[in-house]
Amino acid sequence: MRVVLNSNYAVAYAVRDVDVDVIAAYPITPQTGVVGKLAEMIANGELEAEMIHVESEHSALSTIIGASAAGARVFTATSSQGLEFMHEVLHIASGMRLPLVMSVATRAVSAPINIWCDYSDLMNVRDSSWITFIASTAQEVYDTIIEAYMVAEDPRILLPVIVAYDGFWMSHTYEPLHVVADKRYVRSLVPRRDRVKLDPLKPVTMGSLVGPDWYYEIKYQQVEAMREAYDIIRERDRDMGKVLGRRYEPVEAYNIDDAEIAILTYGGIYGSLLESVDRLRAEGYKIGAIRLRLWRPFPVDELYKVTMGLSTLIVVDRAISYGASIAGPVAIEVIASLHRMRVDLDIVNYVAGIGGRPVAESDFKGMLELALKLGRRARELGTLYWGVRGVNYE
Amino acid sequence: MSWRELPIGGMVVEPGNSIARRTGDWRVFRPVINQDVCTRCLICWMYCPDGVIKLVDTPYRTSKGRVWSFTLEIDYDYCKGCGICAEECPVDAISMVEEVK
Repeated sequence: MRVVLNSNYAVAYAVRDVDVDVIAAYPITPQTGVVGKLAEMIANGELEAEMIHVESEHSALSTIIGASAAGARVFTATSSQGLEFMHEVLHIASGMRLPLVMSVATRAVSAPINIWCDYSDLMNVRDSSWITFIASTAQEVYDTIIEAYMVAEDPRILLPVIVAYDGFWMSHTYEPLHVVADKRYVRSLVPRRDRVKLDPLKPVTMGSLVGPDWYYEIKYQQVEAMREAYDIIRERDRDMGKVLGRRYEPVEAYNIDDAEIAILTYGGIYGSLLESVDRLRAEGYKIGAIRLRLWRPFPVDELYKVTMGLSTLIVVDRAISYGASIAGPVAIEVIASLHRMRVDLDIVNYVAGIGGRPVAESDFKGMLELALKLGRRARELGTLYWGVRGVNYE
Repeated sequence: MSWRELPIGGMVVEPGNSIARRTGDWRVFRPVINQDVCTRCLICWMYCPDGVIKLVDTPYRTSKGRVWSFTLEIDYDYCKGCGICAEECPVDAISMVEEVK
């Protein structure tokens, strides 16, 4: 069924279609529309779920942890400071191996207060052991929420999943997309499964105290779960093609086959990058575009496949790891990943779009031209901060 | 035992297994009840924060000829030696003795 939705509503439609049992959330710009729409769906009977109004995001996540531990299918949504507020609980959720799903409409973190899009909130929770997808279209948001439940609830994984997308640029922008007409079909894709849960008839204790003698082994279970998740997600991405008609890859590339240079980025600005690549190709550049869709687990193999023929890779990040030798969180991961595969190509890191500053086609062209002009100096400079008043690299 | 054999997330799957942890080995001083002085008022039994003072149906005849039908005994597997029983006993029937070998 073809509809027109913004990414926030696309999340709500998908959550409705997978039939969650418990939702607990706290409003924050720009994700509030997700939960607002879900509340509307519960009120008009489209979705049968318990909506618990909590007083903070810390409580929101704690509440759905409790519900999930008791066997319920759950959901929450947040952004920025909300994600930060629930930070300690993120580790508890993954440590307890609960199949939670959370949508994050990415937004800059304070201070100063900025409600517009960048990926600093998402990058900050990188090590929390949550499987993380970054979507670039409302369609992908809808599809990936469904996939998130399939992946989270897989008994070989049992890790929570984040589906992230641009705050405002995507959360509030309407796009045409397909939603499944009969939600029974979606439910058949995500069947209810038995798992160990809190049950008075078969009591267990989850998340209790563990000393130095056993904690490491228990955490290692998560390491292995993430490793297995990588293979399972690749399978699922392909399955989505068979069941929903739209397939995805952990890393997607455009015009890459004969490319010498490529620009890699993530989230909503990929659309602008595609336009930019078309124009640059017309100008004679042998350039391609790469999009990172799966952030955790990091898709080492797919990245290698799309980059191995390149001589230069420009990574455009949307968050800053202050004080790092390369400040772009994805750039540093790309460098480490390719280093492991013994691939040596020129990698130039840009940070752009901070605090909701737009990244347009002309910006990508400008970044390419500057990188080519700087040549080897670009690598030595580390991270190039694009578009900052008073910062000039030439 | 490897990471594979542990329950997922370190879940405790045996209900009530905290009794396997003998917390009595944390003790520095142990309470000793003088059964002759004890009036069986049950104040120590009520105050013990760990519930390790047990009411047992063992009769006791004091040196003065008084016969009690029950006795208070301490479960030293779990007594942490906090001394609250000795502090609260109204007749000072409980002494705290250092755990030395």
